[in-house]
Amino acid sequence: MAASRDKYSVLLPTYNERENLPLIVWLLVRSFRESGNDFEIIVIDDGSPDGTQEIAEQLIKIYGSDRILLRPRAKKLGLGTAYIHGMKHATGNFIIIMDADLSHHPKFIPEFIRKQKEGNFDIVSGTRYKGNGGVHGWDVKRKLISRGANFLTQVLLRPGASDLTGSFRLYRKEVLQKLMEKCVSKGYVFQMEMIVRARQLEYSIGEVPISFVDRVYGESKLGGNEIVSFLKGLLTLFATT
Amino acid sequence: MYRFDTMTKLLQWLFMLALLGGTWATLTLNLLGLDPLPPPVYQVLWLLPTYLLVTFGCYSLGTVGYRLATFNDCEEAARELHAQIREARDDLAQRGMKF
Ligand SMILES: Nc1nc2c(ncn2[C@@H]2O[C@H](COP(=O)(O)OP(=O)(O)OP(=O)(O)O)[C@@H](O)[C@H]2O)c(=O)[nH]1
Ligand SMILES: [Mg+2]
Repeated sequence: MAASRDKYSVLLPTYNERENLPLIVWLLVRSFRESGNDFEIIVIDDGSPDGTQEIAEQLIKIYGSDRILLRPRAKKLGLGTAYIHGMKHATGNFIIIMDADLSHHPKFIPEFIRKQKEGNFDIVSGTRYKGNGGVHGWDVKRKLISRGANFLTQVLLRPGASDLTGSFRLYRKEVLQKLMEKCVSKGYVFQMEMIVRARQLEYSIGEVPISFVDRVYGESKLGGNEIVSFLKGLLTLFATT
Repeated sequence: MYRFDTMTKLLQWLFMLALLGGTWATLTLNLLGLDPLPPPVYQVLWLLPTYLLVTFGCYSLGTVGYRLATFNDCEEAARELHAQIREARDDLAQRGMKF
């Protein structure tokens, strides 16, 4: 299939994902082998107490240390810095960021790559809000909050992308580096800020509809104050960008 | 001079609101001392901000409601994933993986 000299580094931040990690890696490897693209998977584990790293070691034995790279950190330091840490070890010219909890299915990666080549985009963002995109396992309340928050964001920020809080994206490596230097927010707002700053820096953004399946194993790490911190972050971006 | 597209979103909003609000106030309060507007025009103009707000509110509710109703439930994707999880577990176990 479409072989090229491009290499894709997948950054997988993990915290207590021992159930999910082998499955996501298996799906990733299969997807890349089928599409024929060169890849590496960088696992950034923040000292998970559940033994995620031991699972990663086993995966290295199975798939090889050129495909699976474990780049752990001693303690839970948050997602934003996990990406920066992972990127330092990435050898690909493109970086794919996704969650390790199986919400983001690797089957979409070949579509991301196709989209990127088609429009020579700097960023390709997965979107739950367009075309065949969608979610699974969300009740009406969560859907309403999601749709409402998205509408408000579109009105206030006019960001030029339909899914601001999603974190399944492909970046040119140098673009991601540049954006990481600029972005200061945390949590969901961080993903939003990435797109807003990308717009400011006049990077091009392509979109691919994705289906988001809520995590099957493990616990959600983002807690109760999500809505409040989302609104705060949105208003901060509104006032400062 | 500021360029509109490099202003913060907040300033863009304030700028547009001031522009529209200023125009509206000038016309309704006849700040320029022109000939008074014909009463029917005046009546519409006076309530224009309210009309616009209500329209925008309805548009917002309608849009969010429609998008909520048409939010895809990816049943098929979930089924497929579950089948693949079993496949992955079997294959990995064969390769010596201890879960
Ligand atoms: N290295 C690292 N990974 C993290 C940290 N927090 C979360 N993660 C990982 O980041 C990804 C996204 O986190 P989630 O907990 O799934 O966040 P979410 O998707 O918003 O919430 P749920 O899916 O509802 O649990 C997952 O792969 C987590 O394991 C962290 O502090 N450090
Ligand atoms: Mg998740």
